[in-house]
Amino acid sequence: MAPSAYLWLGLAAIYFILPLYATLAFSLKKNVAGAPCCTLANYSWVIHNSDFWHTIKVSFVLAIETIVISLILFVPTIYWVHLKLPRLRPVIAFLALIPFVVPPIVMVVGLLRVFQGTPHWFYGEPWGFLAAAYVILAFPYMFFSLDAGFRAIDVHTLTEASQSLGASWPTTLVKVILPNIRAAALAGSFLALAIVMGEFTIANLAAFHTFPIFLQYVNESAGFPAGALTLLSFMITWAAMGSLLLVGRRRGGRGAMIAGTR
Amino acid sequence: MADESRFVTLASNAAAPQALRPDVTSGRRRLPLAWLATVPFFAYTIAFLFLPAGSVLIGAFQDNENKATFANIRLLFHHPYIDAYRTSIEISLVTAVLGAVFGLLIAYAAIRDGTPKFIRSGLTTFAGVAANFGGIPLAFAWIATLGPLGVVTTWLRRAGWDPTEHGFQLFSKTGVELVYMYFQLPLMILVIAPAIDGLRKEWREAASNLGAKQWQFWRYVGIPVLMPSLLGAVILLFGNAFAAYATAYSLTSGTVNIVPVLIGAYYTGNVLDNPHLAQALAFGMFVVLAVMMLLYIPLQRRAARWAK
Repeated sequence: MAPSAYLWLGLAAIYFILPLYATLAFSLKKNVAGAPCCTLANYSWVIHNSDFWHTIKVSFVLAIETIVISLILFVPTIYWVHLKLPRLRPVIAFLALIPFVVPPIVMVVGLLRVFQGTPHWFYGEPWGFLAAAYVILAFPYMFFSLDAGFRAIDVHTLTEASQSLGASWPTTLVKVILPNIRAAALAGSFLALAIVMGEFTIANLAAFHTFPIFLQYVNESAGFPAGALTLLSFMITWAAMGSLLLVGRRRGGRGAMIAGTR
Repeated sequence: MADESRFVTLASNAAAPQALRPDVTSGRRRLPLAWLATVPFFAYTIAFLFLPAGSVLIGAFQDNENKATFANIRLLFHHPYIDAYRTSIEISLVTAVLGAVFGLLIAYAAIRDGTPKFIRSGLTTFAGVAANFGGIPLAFAWIATLGPLGVVTTWLRRAGWDPTEHGFQLFSKTGVELVYMYFQLPLMILVIAPAIDGLRKEWREAASNLGAKQWQFWRYVGIPVLMPSLLGAVILLFGNAFAAYATAYSLTSGTVNIVPVLIGAYYTGNVLDNPHLAQALAFGMFVVLAVMMLLYIPLQRRAARWAK
């Protein structure tokens, strides 16, 4: 190995590992100055906090809702586009890229303006307003995962085989196409999960209480438990992205994509 | 796939007589009905993407009585709003360029000959995860590291060198830049790794056979080949930092003057006297990002030329 390779990789390792180590060290600290290391009290604080359980449940259910809506919206559309309307594919790819040019902070300004005054079940509930916004945030990741999945299979042959055996459109979609793009659908779902579990911008501006909002509240009020919570939040991202890499490897496709919420 | 290749051949034989291609006419007759299946998707896109984006666009040019005006846009060019754009662009530019340079060096160190293979796969896996560490948890991790009570701050203080006494503040612009690098570097590593793979061994061998030194290879072959990918990556990283809100907000408690934090303050701070100003600020962000996207597309095309 070249000496300069050691240098750059070593510096990178220090830069990336130090904050993780510091978070771990914080999470094990006692709330008393000079007390000996270490304590699990901060973790116990998290586990016994009802707001923690409430907000993490809200975020998790939101993630599931986002995934379900995205799949219902995208799987039939991309299937149909690959089968019948290949010329429409670039249009959908372009639409799926727009959320990169319209970042969450811009999107939420527009969403608040358009949907102000709509019924409470939509505007006032995370299941309405937030889920609708998160599906848009998941657009690029869902589209490019699923599109790659559909490209890897022979949509025409599968459809013709299924239909010549007498299957209806819904049967073809659910029993023939879906099992064949399962890895792609899972990859898109894990990315969506990572986004929703960490999304702060829209939730904060629209005043909903999700897990990242709770995390920010704890950051401001209780330093050491915040260390435990932060580590947990990193672990959620790690698990989602790790699962993504696992399904991606089996598919033989490309590695992780970037689903950041900054 | 079959369909796509058919279109390619059809396009190249555009002059061929119609009668030889019966599938084209029958395909056209079916098209109006085939469109219907995509209606739910487009309806959703219009309702939750185009309507909000359009409403930002229109709202930016309206006053409180919804009359057309340029007053909000004109305000953007004045203090303190222009300063927010300047800080936002500065932070994005600094972290994009430094992220691109150091990301390239780290990725090259991991990919080059002589480095064990497991380092490369380990680095890309880690980068895939770390590119997604952002927002509130990332801000806290750095407060725990270099904040006033942070672990590293304590080490340095014990060693007799207090960073705060030497002008370092984690809650400052420099601090925000340092923290942003934590998601910029992994993104760069992910984006540039395929381009580095595209630098073929044969080129390096050919260069050294012709007597080129190491720096000459980079000056005349390596960097020119990588340049479109590098510039494209800088733009991608710029957009990545420019759109960021949560990290800077949490790190500085909303004191750093960047555009997203300013927009956020209008909605969370009960100072929403003129929502159209927030819409104008958002519109300005959209314009900056759209310009970046327009620069990115041709670079992407150019970079694809050397891909395997």
